[in-house]
Amino acid sequence: MQRRVFLFACSAIVAAGLAVGPAAAQSRQETLLVLVENGPNSLDIHGVGTSFRSYVAAWNMYDRLVTFGRKALPDGTMTYDYSKIEPELAESYSVAPDGASITFKLRKDAKFHDGTPVTAKDVKWSYDRAVSVGGFPTFQMAAGSLTKPEQFVAVDDYTFRVDLPKKDKLSLPDMAVVVPAIFNSTLAKKNATEKDPWAMEWMKTNSAAGGAYKLDKWTPGQEITFNRNDDWKGGPLPKIKRVIIREVPSSGNRRALMERGDADISVDMPQKDAAEILAEKGSGKYLVVGVPIENSLKYIGMVTTQKPFDNVKVRQAVAHVVPYEQIYKSAIYGRGIPMALGPADAPKDASWPQPFPYKTDLAKAKQLLTEAGYPDGFETTISIDLGDATASEPEAVLLQEALGKIGIKATIEKIPGANFRNAMLQKNRPIHIASFGGWLNFPDYYFFWGYHGQNAVFNTMAYKDAKMDALIDASRYETDPAKYKQQVMGFIKMAMDEAPRIPLYQQILDVGMQKNIKGYTYWFHRQLDFRQIEKL
Amino acid sequence: MLRLIGKRLVGALPSVIGVLIVTFLLTRALPGDPAAFFAGPAATPQAIEEVRRALGLDKTLPEQFVVYLKDLARGDLGNSIATGQPVLTEIRTRLPASLELTLYGLLVSVLIAVPLGVLAATRPGSWIDHLCRVMTTAGVSLPAFFTGLLLVYVLYYRLGWAPAPLGRLDIFYSAPPHVTGLYTIDALLAGDGATFRAACAQLLLPVTALAIFTLAPLARMTRAAMLEVLGSDFIRTARASGLPKGKIVYAYAFRNAMLPVVTTLGMVFSFLLGANVLVEKVFSWPGIGTFAIEALISSDYAPIQGFVLTMALLYVALNLAIDILYIVIDPRVGFES
Amino acid sequence: MSETLKHIRYVLTENPVTLFAFSLFGFILFCALFGPYLAPYDPLATNGAATLQPPSGAHWFGTDALGRDIFSRVLVATRLDLGIAFFSVVLTFAIGALAGIAAGFFGGWVDRVVGRLADTIMAFPLFVLAMGIVAALGNTVGNIVLATAIINTPLYARVARAEANIRRNAGFVEAARLSGNGEARILLMQILPNILPILMVQCSLTMGYAILNAAGLSFIGLGIAPPTPEWGILVAEGAAYMISGEWWVALFPGLALMTAVFCFNLLGDGLRDIVDPRRRT
Repeated sequence: MQRRVFLFACSAIVAAGLAVGPAAAQSRQETLLVLVENGPNSLDIHGVGTSFRSYVAAWNMYDRLVTFGRKALPDGTMTYDYSKIEPELAESYSVAPDGASITFKLRKDAKFHDGTPVTAKDVKWSYDRAVSVGGFPTFQMAAGSLTKPEQFVAVDDYTFRVDLPKKDKLSLPDMAVVVPAIFNSTLAKKNATEKDPWAMEWMKTNSAAGGAYKLDKWTPGQEITFNRNDDWKGGPLPKIKRVIIREVPSSGNRRALMERGDADISVDMPQKDAAEILAEKGSGKYLVVGVPIENSLKYIGMVTTQKPFDNVKVRQAVAHVVPYEQIYKSAIYGRGIPMALGPADAPKDASWPQPFPYKTDLAKAKQLLTEAGYPDGFETTISIDLGDATASEPEAVLLQEALGKIGIKATIEKIPGANFRNAMLQKNRPIHIASFGGWLNFPDYYFFWGYHGQNAVFNTMAYKDAKMDALIDASRYETDPAKYKQQVMGFIKMAMDEAPRIPLYQQILDVGMQKNIKGYTYWFHRQLDFRQIEKL
Repeated sequence: MLRLIGKRLVGALPSVIGVLIVTFLLTRALPGDPAAFFAGPAATPQAIEEVRRALGLDKTLPEQFVVYLKDLARGDLGNSIATGQPVLTEIRTRLPASLELTLYGLLVSVLIAVPLGVLAATRPGSWIDHLCRVMTTAGVSLPAFFTGLLLVYVLYYRLGWAPAPLGRLDIFYSAPPHVTGLYTIDALLAGDGATFRAACAQLLLPVTALAIFTLAPLARMTRAAMLEVLGSDFIRTARASGLPKGKIVYAYAFRNAMLPVVTTLGMVFSFLLGANVLVEKVFSWPGIGTFAIEALISSDYAPIQGFVLTMALLYVALNLAIDILYIVIDPRVGFES
Repeated sequence: MSETLKHIRYVLTENPVTLFAFSLFGFILFCALFGPYLAPYDPLATNGAATLQPPSGAHWFGTDALGRDIFSRVLVATRLDLGIAFFSVVLTFAIGALAGIAAGFFGGWVDRVVGRLADTIMAFPLFVLAMGIVAALGNTVGNIVLATAIINTPLYARVARAEANIRRNAGFVEAARLSGNGEARILLMQILPNILPILMVQCSLTMGYAILNAAGLSFIGLGIAPPTPEWGILVAEGAAYMISGEWWVALFPGLALMTAVFCFNLLGDGLRDIVDPRRRT
């Protein structure tokens, strides 16, 4: 008996590794295989604790009333166009002359995946849900002055109106981000309970969508598959019939799979891999498309409420110590746009992000440190996110070594990904290397989250300054371009002088793809939009 | 026999309770705050407190433990933060993946280690004996994750002999209908040869990495047990009565040497099930090991507790199985001893 | 005594593998003691001009992504890795061996309590338990030592218990009892020395496991904080460079790790031959 089992297993293992049939090859051509480091943890964009990896599902499965247009960058890469708002589920929209309301006309032929027609009451229900459930979706809606259910009116089945407290330039763009997705309210209500009126529990793992791709199967932690919705009316029919997103945690394995042509697209490319593929200039096995991530900076933050970083001179000293050049070369292999080494008289304009005027100057750093009363340095900690260790760890090691040269002895603390945000929330990690990016590409938006005294979690430095707050608040609703420019330059200058955070570089989103993949477009949410992609 | 099994299970109860308590305390000592995580990136401190209350994390530890036990009694292991799924569902889908990997790893290991051990025992002190010892020891000295990396690099990336390290099945196959959860078995039951081959192909590298790591204890134990039996009186008698050497070694000695080998096998199995977490990580294997690592790194309480409890129960079950196997192999061994 | 020496010499000459293991051990010990003084470069010094250099005359094992000399890092790491293994084994020995001997010697409730505790630890998936301890207490050298010690304790306790149990009524114990020694004194002065050699064998084998365990913890990111060189971390760091062709970053630390564990495992076997002539071939 035993021997038979052994033989059987042997032959099984020997027989393995053979032939994949022609049927598989056929479907291969119509299927897009995408590699990611981590996959979604929820299908509900309004869900509690929904990770940014989940946006890919919400974005492709659901429609929004409006979406952004697309444009080509100078190098031919496509990107979303922030300035163009295009209809998706809405056929058209009109903004009231005083800017206090926006009216949307819905498509009459649009249906959810289960065949239910999309009506204004679904839109109303979805918007109500986004502003009611709290947490991230509610915050995101509020960024566009969308805060209360009373603001959303289903005028008739195909007309939907949003009333605004005052004209807000962010309202319409905020309706094109991932959060205000339109849910099938009939289906959702069926799965709601008294305790859970918004069907939060059910929506985590189920779809009530009507967008371009239907959920096929989701195996959390492994893969998620989508099939094209052939009845989609929100835009031209996508080319790809089936999409498989497979989680491959090891970056080496992802690279091997791409090089051997077993996968089509690799979303999470380490900077080193991207730099090497780009250096081949297309002569290699596959390509990398890199687009700078708007409004997103990797930075060194210092907690301004604690000694010694409450002293601006100490912060400036650190800004003069950072080995910028070496970080750009050795830590990120040039895959970032330097945000230091700028002109000494920066800011010259209101563009954001722009390089800070700091450069590595140990003598100056030492002098500042002495002036601050720490001629012999001090001991401190550099905290980094373990989930982002590929770049952050070498950055931290280089920073640590450089700090040692002016007498600051730093130890490095690696914090596991999920706890990193919590650690940042505590605002007691003296030096930390982190990144923050705003979805909406405005300097005042970035500063509102990152520098404002409201002390959001993204203000990891716990920085608070009345003058800074006043400038940010004023610019938020400023309609006069000249004044706006002045305010923006004002708070950028303050950020440079006060140096609570030292921007290192603007991050680049590098996506690897086989040479037969066309139509890749960069989106603000950094996830793939399958609708534009085709496979030749 | 049933009574004896029952006795064993009751005897294991204190250990399982101990495991429950220790795991509970350990997870609560993990850094990080699930409330802050759940509350989302832009949450205010009040919002976090609300979430904390909602999750029941504002209660004292003993109160939380009681709640946990109550849920457990209802078969509710809680939800995972990272995947949003009930832990029970996760474990049910992932445990077979780990079991399949471990079982095949062990099987391959036995196929190599036992003959090696016998060979070494029949020629003690010879160069074969030394070679055997050096080789198996070298295997156990390699961290399995390192072996895994090397295997992927050489056999998949360089030579292209092995399939892509993409989990349990090539992406263009779908999983066979669920019976046992072991893809190879399920595929055979469904009569699906192609899927069976695909599943075996995916197993090839991780199983090799695991097998290399477990050769040593099995080979060593086989050798020692064989030596002892070969030196015993009844073998000497058999030799003296002129039985052929092959028959002595395989029919008499080997059968009697199996007992300690089975014990070792059980120990290695439970050790492997815990140790293959690293191999799973290297091969993107969707087992419970990877699940546990991710949960630990992100202070995700429920999956850790669920995982450890499952492993503890498996451990108990395994020990019981070994005891029963003992009786089957050697009826003289009673439970009472 | 000379009898023992003769026996050791016999084992060494008879078994070339053991002889090899002993010399390897000497070499590793040498690296651990003098490595920091012999390293050609500062193991922490980065060099932006020489990143990811393949092995050469100047850098025997090449350099890593920050231009640090891998040979120096591997060499210097020996002390830390060996230290972790050594102290965890000492700790295990102190807890496991004493508890085990007490259990085997006294029997009764002591035996039951120790047995239960050991069973409870054994019922854990051991590597995950170690992970949990390090994650909960923080990833310092001390906690890694502690975690490694805890997961190895039951094995020690079992071996010690079995050996002490055999000897609890042995002649020399009875003799000590008759001459008026207390039980505790007998345990420490008679039993412990008597089974020490067998426990030493276990020590050597555990050293290997301890090194592997620490390396595994580093591999998943729960190891010692950077930039301190440690074999497991070095392998983990190098893993990402394997596919891109910089094989030396992971290979050399991996080989060092393997050599050390290999040495301790062979040594364990060899020691068993020396202290336990019954099992000798």
